[in-house]
Amino acid sequence: MNEQLAFTIEVFANGLMAGVLYALVALGFVLIYKASGIFNYAQGVMALFAAMTLVGIQNGQVPFAHLINAIFGTDVHHFGWHVHSFLAIALTVVVMIALAWMVQKFVFKHLVGQEPIILFMATIGLAYFLEGVADLMWGSELKALNVCATETACLPQGMNVWLEGTTYEALGYGFFIDNLDIVASIVAAILVVGLVMFAQYTKQGRAMRAVADDHQAALSVGVSLNFIWVLVWSLAGFVALVAGIMWGAKSGVQFSLSLIALKALPVLMLGGFTSIPGAIVGGLIIGVGEKLFEFLIGAPYLGGATENWFAYMLALLFLVFRPQGLFGEKIIERV
Amino acid sequence: MKDVTESYVTADGRTIGPVVMEMKNITLRFGGVEAIKDISFDIREGEIRAIIGPNGAGKSSMLNVISGFYVPQEGEVWYKGARRPSMKPFEVAQQGIARTFQNIALFEGMSVLDNVMTGRLTHMKTGLFAQSLWKGKAEEEEIANREVAEKIIDFLEIQAIRKTPVARLPYGLKKRVELARALAAEPSILLLDEPMAGMNVEEKEDMSRFILDVNDEFGTTIALIEHDMGVVMDLSDRVVVMDYGKKIGDGTPHDVRNNQDVIDAYLGVAHD
Repeated sequence: MNEQLAFTIEVFANGLMAGVLYALVALGFVLIYKASGIFNYAQGVMALFAAMTLVGIQNGQVPFAHLINAIFGTDVHHFGWHVHSFLAIALTVVVMIALAWMVQKFVFKHLVGQEPIILFMATIGLAYFLEGVADLMWGSELKALNVCATETACLPQGMNVWLEGTTYEALGYGFFIDNLDIVASIVAAILVVGLVMFAQYTKQGRAMRAVADDHQAALSVGVSLNFIWVLVWSLAGFVALVAGIMWGAKSGVQFSLSLIALKALPVLMLGGFTSIPGAIVGGLIIGVGEKLFEFLIGAPYLGGATENWFAYMLALLFLVFRPQGLFGEKIIERV
Repeated sequence: MKDVTESYVTADGRTIGPVVMEMKNITLRFGGVEAIKDISFDIREGEIRAIIGPNGAGKSSMLNVISGFYVPQEGEVWYKGARRPSMKPFEVAQQGIARTFQNIALFEGMSVLDNVMTGRLTHMKTGLFAQSLWKGKAEEEEIANREVAEKIIDFLEIQAIRKTPVARLPYGLKKRVELARALAAEPSILLLDEPMAGMNVEEKEDMSRFILDVNDEFGTTIALIEHDMGVVMDLSDRVVVMDYGKKIGDGTPHDVRNNQDVIDAYLGVAHD
């Protein structure tokens, strides 16, 4: 098989995998935006916060250790135990739900009916606040994250040997695909199917769609807006946790994790702010697009590093020619 | 004055039940403007109760007070023999008071059937966990709710459009879908905010027929707002007349029609 073609296919596959991670972050945005019209700038920080909380609980770190030590003159850092990954994930989910409740109770409950720009500003404030809390709670050093079912069965790292071998035998060229990316894709697929089923077939899902469509009408059929908003922030928190685990396992839990939120922006421009399938397809297009562009045009002709801006360029083109995105609701202005 | 706990038979031979809801001395202000001034009236079980009045009389405000969208500064709302504490609109809906809106508030992105099914939300009791797993009780419940929804869809003759997204429907049908959604809640009181506003004569006749049929068939208590006098007089058992936030008449259509204040409010009065 043609070496160049095979290599292109490999880049394409790797792009898909990267796109899955973008899509995961974008998904969190869509959930909140659909139900409440809030563009949640803090989604990336939520992923960071979730990942840090997970690592902290797993390692038995004492939350707010520095603060406690400074005030009481103690010297506590660790509880001295190690929490099983699954239990730690469950506890992190509880923390994310508590966070959702507090965000609704202390911030957005008081901003109902405000202009979108005000809600957006509130989420910027929330992002920095949450980043500070994460720092204070768990410390700012880079942490390794791994999720393990047993001592030896952890999230897989490194290249998938089987895939490399098989493709080498079949095509004469071994594909390099990261194991973790494959797991991330499967988890993302399950997550999306789960979310869609939840929205379509449960009472709460139906209520959620009702709120997303019309607040007043939702009230009139007995839906509590407050409850639904806590619910979508919790779901977004859960999605953030999944994204945080995948990104964290890939490149360590560090503060730059919160910047992936910015990569989700072009994904949303492409997919539309209100469409769950749009977030997925948009993520995949950006992932594949930036990898292929770098490989075929960027590196040979433009001196490389095009991955930094390609997504935003693509988003800009979309804004000019199709502002509602691929799947967004069509913007019709009646005169 | 009829006893509040007893039924009676009207001159038309219709049986009207005991009082189910009573508004006592309701006053509602927006800043310095009094939209409703010290109004009291009651709604009896099984009747069609109309609130009429010229534009800006405070009818819609009154309906919003009943459905919890507005909270009055003064006065009490009594429902099923107990004073209702201050409530959010969704809590009022959960108590069995369903409503429609003057400007139609439907879920535009959903199909007609889905819209009607949202009306069943207050009847879905199974918890989040069971719902997510979609097993046993949740499934039974869904089927039972679906049956009610389909029955109402048949009743209001909208079977043909049950899968159509609501956004594509013409105005008159949207109004009917909204009625269907409110009915799906099997409410103890159904509030209709100008159910015939913006309709042509034929659509108005259809809607009147449906309102009467709903009342006959399901025994639903209906309180409606309308400013078309003719329609109201044919439909309702008792009428409250409002003007500039005050109650100027209350009684059977016959009483109200011959009330001098009402005639003045509608036809205008010479200032001499």
